[in-house]
Amino acid sequence: MRQTVNRIRRLWKFRGGVHPPQQKNISTSAPISPAQLPERLVLPLHQHIGEPAEPIVNIGDKVLKGQMIARPQGYVSAPIHAPTSGTVIDIGNYPVPHPSSLSATCMVIHSDGDDRWIEHHAVEDYFRLPPSELRNLIREAGIVGLGGAGFPSYIKFNPGQQKAIQTLILNGVECEPYITCDDLLMRERPQDILSGLLIIQHALQAHECLVAIEDNKPEAFVALRQATEDYDNIEVVQVPTLYPQGSEKQLVKVLTGKEVPADGLALNIGVVCANVGTAAAVHNAIHRGEPLISRNVTITGSAIGSPRNLNVLLGTPMRELIEQCDGNLDRIERLIMGGPMMGFALHRPDLPVIKTTNCILAATAEDLPPQRPELPCIRCGACADTCPVNLLPQQLYWYSKHQNLDKVQEFNLFDCIECGCCSYVCPSNIPLVQYFRFAKGDIWTQEREKEKSDIARRRHEFHQFRVARDKEERQAKRNRKKAALKADTAAAERDKKKAEIQAAIERTQTRRQDAMKDAEMRRSSYQGRTRDHSTAGNAGQQPENSSDTEQK
Amino acid sequence: MLSALLALSALAIVFGLLLGFSAIKFKVEGDPLVEKIDAQLPQTQCGQCSYPGCRPYAEAIAKGEADINQCPPGGETTIIALADLLERDPKPLNPENGEIKPKTVAIIDEPRCIGCTLCIQACPVDAILGAAKQMHTVIARECTGCDLCVEPCPVDCIDMVPITQDILTWKWPYPDTSLEKAS
Repeated sequence: MRQTVNRIRRLWKFRGGVHPPQQKNISTSAPISPAQLPERLVLPLHQHIGEPAEPIVNIGDKVLKGQMIARPQGYVSAPIHAPTSGTVIDIGNYPVPHPSSLSATCMVIHSDGDDRWIEHHAVEDYFRLPPSELRNLIREAGIVGLGGAGFPSYIKFNPGQQKAIQTLILNGVECEPYITCDDLLMRERPQDILSGLLIIQHALQAHECLVAIEDNKPEAFVALRQATEDYDNIEVVQVPTLYPQGSEKQLVKVLTGKEVPADGLALNIGVVCANVGTAAAVHNAIHRGEPLISRNVTITGSAIGSPRNLNVLLGTPMRELIEQCDGNLDRIERLIMGGPMMGFALHRPDLPVIKTTNCILAATAEDLPPQRPELPCIRCGACADTCPVNLLPQQLYWYSKHQNLDKVQEFNLFDCIECGCCSYVCPSNIPLVQYFRFAKGDIWTQEREKEKSDIARRRHEFHQFRVARDKEERQAKRNRKKAALKADTAAAERDKKKAEIQAAIERTQTRRQDAMKDAEMRRSSYQGRTRDHSTAGNAGQQPENSSDTEQK
Repeated sequence: MLSALLALSALAIVFGLLLGFSAIKFKVEGDPLVEKIDAQLPQTQCGQCSYPGCRPYAEAIAKGEADINQCPPGGETTIIALADLLERDPKPLNPENGEIKPKTVAIIDEPRCIGCTLCIQACPVDAILGAAKQMHTVIARECTGCDLCVEPCPVDCIDMVPITQDILTWKWPYPDTSLEKAS
């Protein structure tokens, strides 16, 4: 029954694409083996898309394997765990694998050689947990997309409000040449991938699951087909080999026929994609309680004596891995992290492996001939024929070259997935993708500066407003003080006048009383005189006195 | 004859009212050209253009009093943007206004700061934090690198340091496809 279902599943095609030499057989003969425990591990705090993690241990602290040493900062972020037991010997700037060859904040752990785990346990009955709790566990385990981009997985595994996820796609396409870490993982641990898939399916409440594998990986296809035999809603689909099929938007088109909107996500059309490596990491986190502290890395290229896949602790220096695979550092022309199409060159071999390191390609001149001189564009249109997102690379090239940033956006530069097909087919050796990356960076820088200048404008306007307001306030205060002073003097004067008037009134009153008294006395003395002559002398003087006071 | 006159005057009245109404209804506040010019300026507020800030310079350009090549922090990008906006020919930066320098940020050598608040008063974007007789510090995120705080400092404790590039602000360089490199 299932055989028929598989035979009739219709596949769509995306436009364009190229067939670069596979070079995958180089590294598939040996099984995945664990890399040696390094003495010193360097862990960048920014190994994922989003905000860097924030250290929660100090220099000199002893840490155990699997212990969280840096916690996520903000929503789009992921924690970092100690890949082995040892001592934190430094937190500072160290060179990291990045196209800029700049340094970034890293934690350095000196391994004690015991590789002792912190206490950890599996989650029992995960299917009884609500999906949000499951997502939290995935976040705590520091799991990010292991396909190469490193987007925090717990965000992807959130279907959002009232959004039913129709299809969960497990991406085992691995279309980039040379890389085989997913292929080997699918061959060796299909049960782990299946169990991770079931967990993700539960977190997303997805209706159906598709596992996509390119037809150049028949062993992996068979292994996963056998592992998923008993599940009706899981289907393993073989897709024809074509680069860049592993890109999310292209794979969604091939499997469902639906196109992801230009400014949207696969989630918008009810699809979520996850890498097979991510599924295995989810299995480790839930069924073993182990956070993401190691990953599979393909060590390949002509400069490597025995190319193969290693299970590597994060933070291991690449130089040690190259040496373990009998690599010859002197023969390396170009050391590339990732594949030849989308990877980037590293400036030195002692950089650490991070969560997004899927491949270390130690290439000689025969693997990757040096960039030939750029010739003028002959307008052949090969780039437009091969572009998997239906862009016009030639137009984008003209405008990027002349830094016409408005025009280049009109031609949808930001839909470019930087797959490198156009550069690959260009007969004039024009490094088109480099022009596009440059233009994108220029636009982002300009936007950042615009934002900054807008803030500066607002702050300056507020500064002016504040200065004017302070001046006004000071002036008003001064005026108030002046007015108060004036009022005070006026009141004092008024009081003085009042007092004077009062005094005058009192004076007159006393005078009047005196006068009345005099008159009284005069009258009484007069009466007395008429009765008693002995007092006549005194009485006779009194009128003189009273007339004196009156004159005064 | 009369009907024609009447019709014409009726039309004149109607259009007159319409124009009068729209003059009030669709009145443009301020000068939109000044806004557009101001949006192109880097908002450093450094005064190197000889105007007290970016907006006064924008007003001067709009009035035709100032040329478009007087903004050193904006550099070539701003000159070209202004030339596009005003449909003029771009010209090189006027050396009298200064030269194009890499972006900088002010840093106060804190042990030397005496807390005089002079730099706080000079900062056009209020990016310096402090109080009288307290140590001051620059909020680096808000600093426009205008240099205006350096001069007033009596103890010379403010340095302008170039902004170093980190991984988050790094961008891909312009492809180097010269023949020498390729061969």
